[in-house]
Amino acid sequence: MLTNRSKQVVKKEMTIMEKAYLPAIFSGMLITFKHIFMKKATIRYPEQVREFAPVYRGQHVLKLDEAGAERCTACGLCAVACPAEAITMVAEERKKGEENLYREEKYASTYEINMLRCIFCGLCEEACPKEAIFLTDRIVPSTFERDEFIYGKDKLVETIDQKVDVTKRQTPEVLEFKKDKKHKHNRTFLDRVLKPSSKH
Amino acid sequence: MDPLLFKAILVVAVFGITLIVALYSTFGERKIAAVMQDRVGPNRAGPFGLLQPLADGIKMFMKQELIPSVSNKWLFIIGPCIAMLTACMTGVVIPWGGSLTFGDQVFELQIADLNIGILYLFGVVSLGVYGIMIGGWASNNKFSLIGAIRASSQMISYEIAMGMAIIALVMSTGTLSLKEIVMQQDAGLANIVYQPLGFLIFLVCAFAETNRAPFDLPECETELIGGYHTEYSSLKLGFYLFAEYINMFISSAVIVSFYFGGYNFPFQHELGLDGNLLTIVQTLVFFGKIFFFVFFFMWVRWTIPRFRYDQLMHLGWKVLLPLALFNIFATGLVMWGMGKL
Repeated sequence: MLTNRSKQVVKKEMTIMEKAYLPAIFSGMLITFKHIFMKKATIRYPEQVREFAPVYRGQHVLKLDEAGAERCTACGLCAVACPAEAITMVAEERKKGEENLYREEKYASTYEINMLRCIFCGLCEEACPKEAIFLTDRIVPSTFERDEFIYGKDKLVETIDQKVDVTKRQTPEVLEFKKDKKHKHNRTFLDRVLKPSSKH
Repeated sequence: MDPLLFKAILVVAVFGITLIVALYSTFGERKIAAVMQDRVGPNRAGPFGLLQPLADGIKMFMKQELIPSVSNKWLFIIGPCIAMLTACMTGVVIPWGGSLTFGDQVFELQIADLNIGILYLFGVVSLGVYGIMIGGWASNNKFSLIGAIRASSQMISYEIAMGMAIIALVMSTGTLSLKEIVMQQDAGLANIVYQPLGFLIFLVCAFAETNRAPFDLPECETELIGGYHTEYSSLKLGFYLFAEYINMFISSAVIVSFYFGGYNFPFQHELGLDGNLLTIVQTLVFFGKIFFFVFFFMWVRWTIPRFRYDQLMHLGWKVLLPLALFNIFATGLVMWGMGKL
């Protein structure tokens, strides 16, 4: 009804031409025959790989800084921003002598992303105030066990020299659009806390 | 050469070629299905996937063989054997080519030139239903039984129309020998010119007899989980699937022999080829025609969905049977008008 494309079902008698089946079968066979010469929709996957979209969002990484210390301070903004609730973390205080390991006084002792829950929306990357978490163009490989999809720090933490180029998905138009707070999806967590919408 | 030795070689050759063609029909089926659905199809085993049938065969051999404890064990084993046996038996009366001459000996490229070849063919084809029926019944499974019942009722229904279509052909050719039917088409025109309606009925019935789409009700995967071979595994399942492809090959050979001149082709005597060479070319042409019909079988399968059961029965009894009767009547009228009676 919404699309105006719905059709009333009518049970009408078939005409003689339709009852004979053969004309319809013949026209159908012509269609399938044409498809023999058409371009194939599938590719030979391991040898051929489809082109990725420049804005593709794949597996996450937690970046270290230039000195090799973890940027993440376990503020939890990514976990709050995550609509799929895929991120969990445990915060811990930095001890003396760990300054070369952790950039700030607080760090995440465990940081886990459930790749089965994750919808790869990229909101964690957007929410992160410390430029720690990024989505890469890597595909999360499939495995047979569910618990192998929960990626801890051993799989996520990465040095800075493996650069993740996020500029492709942050074109001037996108950045401009994101300033428009009229759209609900452009209002970040902080916006919602500081300026609750006038309805309430 | 001893004539008996030649016959033995011919039997083995026909058997081997039938199996190889059936083997590669499974590959062809999957490839044709793929290209008609804009896919690539099997291409991993060997160059262009050409070793795929071998891989499938090895898989069938290696699989665990299960015989349900509640089944009738002996009938369960006999079922696929009958299906395979009857499928292989039909190739006997088909003339695969003219004759080969070695010295002063002449060898016909036909295993047995029965003067009742058509009756033999028909008898063996009717036996084919037993393989499915016994297998489905012995499985002691509801789905198998439904599949088997569908198969038998379908094959019996369509055999009548098929027989009627052949009666008209026998009337116009005046012989029951396949060799003679093919020879007549060398002298005159192909029988399709005289029996277009008969050909159409025969073709539709051939689809039903081989349980191919749109008449694959006995094994419809979606409703009956495979139908009569639900309980079968390993090589027994392979036998059933293989028998279907052999049947398809043989039906194509029969259709070509009956209606499309068999191994004859236009202007074959004007080419100036001598005996043996001509025979080889004829056999190749025969196989070319057969392969076209095998392709046709697959083409139809990947184009149209299957009939509903009531539509199937309606088509068989209320459309094809009257049409076949009318065809006999019309053939008789025309022959009477031409003074051939």
